[in-house]
Amino acid sequence: MEEIVANFFNAEIATAALPLVASGILNTILLSLMVIPLGLAAGLVLAVLAQSKNPLVRWPLMAWVDFFRAFPPLVLLVLLFAGLPFMGLELGGFACVAVAFMLNNSAYYGEVLRAGIDSVPNGQIEAARSTGLSSTQAMTYVVLPQAVRNVLPDLLSNTLEVVKLTSLGSVVAVPELLFAARQAQSTTFNATPIVMAAVIYYAMLWPLVRLLSRLENRALAGRH
Amino acid sequence: MHSGAVLAVAGWNKFVETFFNAQVMAKYLPDILYGTLVTVELAVLIVIAGIGFGLVLALVRALAIRPLNWLIVFVVDLLRALPPLVIIVLLYFGLPSAGWSPSGFMSTWLSLTLVLMAFSEEIFWAGITSVHKGQWEAARSTGLSFGQTLIHVVLPQALRLTIAPLTNRTIAITKGTALGTVVALHEILGMASSAVSNSYNPSPLILGAAAYLVLFIPVVVVARRIETKFAWKK
Repeated sequence: MEEIVANFFNAEIATAALPLVASGILNTILLSLMVIPLGLAAGLVLAVLAQSKNPLVRWPLMAWVDFFRAFPPLVLLVLLFAGLPFMGLELGGFACVAVAFMLNNSAYYGEVLRAGIDSVPNGQIEAARSTGLSSTQAMTYVVLPQAVRNVLPDLLSNTLEVVKLTSLGSVVAVPELLFAARQAQSTTFNATPIVMAAVIYYAMLWPLVRLLSRLENRALAGRH
Repeated sequence: MHSGAVLAVAGWNKFVETFFNAQVMAKYLPDILYGTLVTVELAVLIVIAGIGFGLVLALVRALAIRPLNWLIVFVVDLLRALPPLVIIVLLYFGLPSAGWSPSGFMSTWLSLTLVLMAFSEEIFWAGITSVHKGQWEAARSTGLSFGQTLIHVVLPQALRLTIAPLTNRTIAITKGTALGTVVALHEILGMASSAVSNSYNPSPLILGAAAYLVLFIPVVVVARRIETKFAWKK
């Protein structure tokens, strides 16, 4: 028992690792604040384009979505980080994470938002257009607010996954929470910093997990 | 020929030689194939164990034993909140100081199995609770036991609802086998990365990327069909 405490819950090591871990938290938050809006924006573009009836638009979009659903985000990240320098293009870890996750998330957010837009009845668009709104205005003020509300659990669920995904930044030396914890662990030969990181992720994300669990159960209730 | 066209051709040739170098690809193809086998093996074991344990947990939860349910909810929430890579790293680098040194394969399998277990428990549980209370009561009043009601009445309806979200989650988590590369697992990405550093050429990564697409594109396409067939929402 004592050994477990010394190796996993060592107060002395936790104190020493605190500054490093704290800067890791900050970077994880910054990374999330960068990646979530980028993914949402790219997904929104895809979702709006997917409303097109033109197969020359629809088919490439579907291929794009399937491609990124099939492609592991870490592989995409490593491909950018290790592959692009061979073309004389060195983006750095932070930018690679941004680009890789924007591509990956465009597919996920795109599918969710597309389902949301599809869930708004056509009559709404017709009614909005008949009041004199342009199609862009109808989309922005009438369709999207309802679409987002209809798929809010899925949007939140994806956002939770995106925040968790930022931990992959550690593989390309972005000093986010996991990277900082591993650095502290390898210099102290003690697992306490990684336990710290786990506790911090849990503390940050647990409220969202609970909320989602409720929303998901409510969405399913009374379907039989 | 215009000098611009000459430059473009030269640039294209250099690009192909760098990223699609046939010699390098041929040399490392066996490595990538080996990695593909490891990825497939790992993914299959994760899917079986993760979904199996998840279903068991959801069934235990249906027994409504309070303290046990608190424990299940706590574990499931924890595993949903932690990034899988953090769990893998914790097992691989942390457990040795507790006297057990799991291999890269073991750490990755166990972590992703636990994560899939948590997500599938939630999905199964949502499916079970979606079955109306009246169905339980009606089934019990015909003389079926709790277990019989669960298996013959509730689960068949619940499982239909779970298929689409479960497929999506399973794809996302099995793609996570690539994370094993961080703990020295020789799956596709791990093999491709070491081939890149040995050959000073990125072609093996392209090969590895192709291997992932060959494995997962069919699964994604099937998932899309399933999604439209068993749509979660109306």
